[in-house]
Amino acid sequence: MLNIFLKEINHFLSSLIGYIAVGVFLLVTSLFLWVFTDTGILEYGYATLENYFYLAPYIFMFLIPAITMRSFSEEYNTGTIEILSTKPITHYQIIGGKFLAAMFLVLFALLPTLLYFYSVYQLGAPVGNIDTGATWGSYIGLLFLGAAFVAIGIFASAITNNQIVAFLLAIFLCFFLYIGFDYISRLNIFYASFDALVEQFGIDAHYQSIGRGVVDTRDLIYFISLISLFLFFTKIMLERRKW
Amino acid sequence: MSVIVESITKTYGTQNAVDNINFTVGEGEIVGFLGPNGAGKTTTMKILTGFIPQTKGQAIVCSINVAEKPIEARKTIGYLPEHNPLYLDMYVKEYLTFVAKVHKVEAIKKRIAEIVELTGLQIEQHKKIGQLSKGYRQRVGLASALIHNPKVLILDEPTTGLDPNQLTEIRQLIKNLGKNKTVIFSTHIMQEVEAVCDRVIIINKGKIVADDTVDTLQNKGSKNIYTLEFLQALSSAAFTKLSQLPGLEKLKIKTNGLLECFSNNKTDLRAAIFNFAVDNQLTLIGLNKKENSLEDIFKQLTNHN
Repeated sequence: MLNIFLKEINHFLSSLIGYIAVGVFLLVTSLFLWVFTDTGILEYGYATLENYFYLAPYIFMFLIPAITMRSFSEEYNTGTIEILSTKPITHYQIIGGKFLAAMFLVLFALLPTLLYFYSVYQLGAPVGNIDTGATWGSYIGLLFLGAAFVAIGIFASAITNNQIVAFLLAIFLCFFLYIGFDYISRLNIFYASFDALVEQFGIDAHYQSIGRGVVDTRDLIYFISLISLFLFFTKIMLERRKW
Repeated sequence: MSVIVESITKTYGTQNAVDNINFTVGEGEIVGFLGPNGAGKTTTMKILTGFIPQTKGQAIVCSINVAEKPIEARKTIGYLPEHNPLYLDMYVKEYLTFVAKVHKVEAIKKRIAEIVELTGLQIEQHKKIGQLSKGYRQRVGLASALIHNPKVLILDEPTTGLDPNQLTEIRQLIKNLGKNKTVIFSTHIMQEVEAVCDRVIIINKGKIVADDTVDTLQNKGSKNIYTLEFLQALSSAAFTKLSQLPGLEKLKIKTNGLLECFSNNKTDLRAAIFNFAVDNQLTLIGLNKKENSLEDIFKQLTNHN
């Protein structure tokens, strides 16, 4: 698994994909937070990173599929999947290596944004007047959300040898799981009956819940199951490819 | 026996890509796997390496059942897939290191240096794989198949796209490897089989049609083929007379004066043909006898239309 992980990391770093994905994420979030007046902290006047944690999932929704779209599609396309599959490693090791490599990139995108936290911390009056618990919770939530999107993206990539199809499918699945269940829960048929339950299927509810600063085991179990489920689906897709 | 294929069948939909084939390959044997395109060569090799599962039967490599213990089996196999897929954006050494690590090879640097020398990659070892010519890519593929010193080598068309010099080199390499490894390789080129293999397995439409040593196969049902050329076109009377020569089995007109005929390999028809030309006042300007080559046997066995 470590070897696959290193190979993927190398690929991210030797091509432009890694730098562009991280760079775009940082550029967009800092523009929204510090430059644009509609969403900017400076205009808003409260020492909080709420806006950042509201925006980040939407940016991840596009960037993470862009990172993961090639993970299996390209291997199918060039036939290198045959090299990997005939080496003494299991499918789970291949999938795990690719998953961790993409997570590594997500982590690298998130780390520099701790600087936003530090800045707001310093800018608060008095200094440190920020809900630290909620912020850390939100960071953890964002990490889990990123992991879920990575798992979805890898699954989409294992379905097809066309990277564009994998990209679009991943965006759709991420969008649907993130916010789709929210909208469905508001439909008339669920109103005042099952709406709370349907909402729980979506990522957003759990992301919000962790973001309040309480890391609830229910939310952790939700994220871990979602990630495992999609990685398991990926393994099924890999095996199905063998006819 | 280091490779045993036991009544393997592979079905795609309703079509049998491989239909109940059986063969064994002994230790240190070099076996040529022949067959027209789509005969099931690649499918058989993919089953042997555990890339695709068979529908029926079992494949055993070095006494390990491939379907039951794929990871164990893959450790003993070096595989060069068809079309030789490679990570084009990796450097040659980077790629070989990756493969060596996946195989948990010990003393990686030393082993890579050895394999680079063995496959003649010294000059190109610091380049990206994408920058290499086809011949060198093929060597990289071969190097990566050899890196863990496998007991069994399975090479799917290792010599396609190579120039004549590279062909000779790679063949020599395969031959040398065959001294202490079991090698199964598929090809379309008959001279290659004659040059490299101890044994040939010919497969057609998913079934094995021949499994023999190169020599036996060449003698089996072997024929002499004569090409005759007359200055003038043959009249139909002369043609009938010629076709009635004792020992002549089949006569074909290629163009006006050019004919081809066959006899069994014990008769030599050349004298009779010459006398026939003299008797009929025909000018014989060409007469050539050749033995049935492996290529012809291949055609006979695989061309039923």
